[in-house]
Amino acid sequence: MNLSRTPGPPDARADVSGFATPLVRHATEPYYHAIGDETGVFAAAAQSGLPVMLKGPTGCGKTRFVQHMAWRLQRPLVTVACHDDLTTADLVGRYLIIGDETVWMDGPLTAAVRAGAICYLDEIVEARKDTTVVIHPLTDARRALPVEKRGEYLEAPPDFMLVISYNPGYQSVLKEMKPSTRQRFVALDFDYPEATVEANIVAHEGGVDAATAQQLVKLGGLTRKLKGAGLDEGAGTRLLVHAAQLIAKGMAPAVACTAAIARPLADEPDTRDALDDLIRAVF
Amino acid sequence: MSQRKLFAHELEARLDDLLLLSLRQRSAKAPAAQLEALPRELQERVLHWAAVAAQTSDDLGWLIASLAAAQAADLGDEFDDWVRAGLDAYDRSGLAATRKALNDYAEACRSRAKHSAHGIAFAAIEGRLSHFLHALDGRPLKLATGPQAWTDSETLWLPERLDAMPDAAGNRGLYKAMAALLWAQTRFGSFNVDPEPELDLWPDREAALRWFAVFEAMRLEARLAAELPGLARDIADLRGPWPAALAADAAKLARPGATAADSLAALARLREVGAGETPVFPHVGAIDPVAARRVRAARIVRDMAVLRRALNVMAATASRAGAADNPDHPPLAAEGGMQVPDPQADLLALPPAAREAAKSLMQDFGEIPPEALHAAGPGAWQPVDGVDEPVTAGVTTQPDAFYDEWDYRRGSWRHGWCHLYEMEGPAGDREWVDEVRTRHAHLIRSIRRRFEALRGEDKPQKRQFDGEEIDLDAQVEARADRKSGGEPSPRLFVHRRRVERSLAVMFMVDMSGSTKGWVNDAERESLVLLCEAIEALGDRYAIYGFSGWTRTHCDIYRIKRFDDRYDVETRRRIAGIEARDYTRMGVAVRHLAGLLMRQNTRHKLLVTLSDGRPDDYGDEYRGRYGIEDTRRALLEAREKGIRSYCVTIDRHGADYLPQLYGPAHYSVIDDAKKLPRKIAEIYRKLTA
Repeated sequence: MNLSRTPGPPDARADVSGFATPLVRHATEPYYHAIGDETGVFAAAAQSGLPVMLKGPTGCGKTRFVQHMAWRLQRPLVTVACHDDLTTADLVGRYLIIGDETVWMDGPLTAAVRAGAICYLDEIVEARKDTTVVIHPLTDARRALPVEKRGEYLEAPPDFMLVISYNPGYQSVLKEMKPSTRQRFVALDFDYPEATVEANIVAHEGGVDAATAQQLVKLGGLTRKLKGAGLDEGAGTRLLVHAAQLIAKGMAPAVACTAAIARPLADEPDTRDALDDLIRAVF
Repeated sequence: MSQRKLFAHELEARLDDLLLLSLRQRSAKAPAAQLEALPRELQERVLHWAAVAAQTSDDLGWLIASLAAAQAADLGDEFDDWVRAGLDAYDRSGLAATRKALNDYAEACRSRAKHSAHGIAFAAIEGRLSHFLHALDGRPLKLATGPQAWTDSETLWLPERLDAMPDAAGNRGLYKAMAALLWAQTRFGSFNVDPEPELDLWPDREAALRWFAVFEAMRLEARLAAELPGLARDIADLRGPWPAALAADAAKLARPGATAADSLAALARLREVGAGETPVFPHVGAIDPVAARRVRAARIVRDMAVLRRALNVMAATASRAGAADNPDHPPLAAEGGMQVPDPQADLLALPPAAREAAKSLMQDFGEIPPEALHAAGPGAWQPVDGVDEPVTAGVTTQPDAFYDEWDYRRGSWRHGWCHLYEMEGPAGDREWVDEVRTRHAHLIRSIRRRFEALRGEDKPQKRQFDGEEIDLDAQVEARADRKSGGEPSPRLFVHRRRVERSLAVMFMVDMSGSTKGWVNDAERESLVLLCEAIEALGDRYAIYGFSGWTRTHCDIYRIKRFDDRYDVETRRRIAGIEARDYTRMGVAVRHLAGLLMRQNTRHKLLVTLSDGRPDDYGDEYRGRYGIEDTRRALLEAREKGIRSYCVTIDRHGADYLPQLYGPAHYSVIDDAKKLPRKIAEIYRKLTA
């Protein structure tokens, strides 16, 4: 690869370090329990320079998986939470004015490309449609990022990897991803782990004993059956871990579950009451 | 109103007058005599409702009047609800059902009056219970009210009201316990063994069934304790300890492997030692194995068929995919008798409908019966695409949807009253649209020019704190400020914000018979001009026509869906809009508002093109009823965030339109010929 066309980061005469994109390097292994062959597929995709798409309901471990893989592959990680006003400049970068000077500031995507990092765009469909187009050249054979404002054509080093995630469950029809974007990715399906595995995860992350973890997982399973019948989505593993953490701090299980699971899930009185009944039934 | 009670002869005369009784050789003497005792206010209400009911049918009016005379005194404040329940039953299932519904309601009312204020009505807890049960494992169950708590394994019947407990929380808990035990009957196989041989040995079948229910409750509570310990604890608290004489049975039935057969064994032992008085537990419902096993048998046939069909498809697909070439995997052919992959081990491999059927069978047998796993014999089955889709015939015979309708006289809904059919609008003459476009070419050009100016575009917003680009003007100014010692403004950036119109418009076109001729031409020409205008704007829009013939034939014609383009096909459908039948507007508004709600735009607009007031054949829709129903439908739409506007060619429109759409939300065009010229302008003003 011809890296000579890629100039280094501009010489920042003024101090803009406060605005710089944080490149996270995990020193210790982030806990992740593999369910299937996702780590293998991810690692192979990383070696082949292919972008990866993670699909799955909220709180089932997509973000943790990326953190874990970044640690495993020994690459820095840049995470961007996408929102509906995310512009191209927010990803690529912009000029800032410091004193009398304009100083170029790399956006998180550009910073990740330069550093050969994993760039993780969380909930990509939330971003504006025109924004998602800037990732296209990075996702095919070109593997490059044109930074138009600087007239720069940034070729990605082999270690750069693009990962996006989205939740096919609750998004409206309008937030579907365009096929032209979708078909550039290796896709991995995520779902809630099966009960025994999930109980292990809850016990490990939440610091509770196996029996309590099993009860929490049981409760989680019951709420998931309410998807579409009162709830948009059942309790994810994350919520169960939250409840476990409260329990580990000495809260009564019913109180912890009400606060960490029932209340975040539902506002509608009938559903809330039913969730309370379920909590009471399980503990 | 005077407080003087009406005398029997006055009541008789009024009833006679209202219900035309003398024509039907009925006498209001008896009901009038009973009504005489009521206070005047209640007398008037009975007369009012009798009149309302008589508008639907004379017989119904007479039924309401005669039953009201006998029961009004007991009903008190609930009299209005009582009548509404009756009218609702009439709409659903006719006169006989009405009589039963009214009697049941009055009976429930009387029994309630005897009870305390701590009771809980089923209606108050239905939502909560249904969510609760839905979350539990197993086949989905329906909830209904009945005289006693029992289940046929697909529906749970619970009492209309409970107040056996001293406080409301206790009664709620009792409902939950009852429902949970009935759920457990279906989940843990209470109906999977045939109790008849044992029941036949009992002289008193009823007593035997009560005992069976108690033993099953013991067994099921133990099963619950394993899965949902909190729930089992609540139930145990509620019932108190089992009687000492039954403690041994309770312990036996609480063993993890116990089945309904063990309960029957307990029943047999009891028969041998002689059964005493059956203990009564408030949370233990009745059990009806005959009804439940009948439902179960029908369900098993259904589930087997679904599962077999799915396995056949899988087997055929697997063998076609070349499994036969692989020595490690013998062919999974549908050649008869050959086993296909074990669905017990791998439910996820099945399509969703078959997965549900398999789960349901496991619930009914404890496992999937082996005969369900055999593929059908050779030649018995041919692979068909879309086996799981319901068969759709070319002609629609089933309505696409049912809609409630508002009856202002009752002040309540008529449930599932309107039968709606949605279909493609017929294609018309393609030259017609071209001719219109040529004729109005000049107008179209000017409309397009004006509308293009409205189009939403990226507008750079200058002097922002943050943005993608630097605002040079602001930067120069700031520099000058600083040089001259002033404080420079920090707003130095340009932010490009896309100004989106984010608007979806639904055009609802009146295709009633009265539009025949000029009005229909004007509507079609208007639509052509509108399409040209909106295409220039880039808004999302759809066009649907509506017409109908009584409540059972409410038709919606698709002219242009939101996703359709304004192409030749769409134009032909616009040309094909023709005058048809009547204008039942409420149901059309409800249906189209539903379609509009699926659009993810910030603003939603429903525009009606019409030539007159709501109207329908035969029944009461003409007049105030139709206006009130339409008004209600428009209100519902407004609550969902849809704004409505009406363009009408009805000089009398000003009489009723303010009531329907609100004062500033309609335009009356006095001459149909002017409609095409005005419509685009109306739209521009409406959405600018």
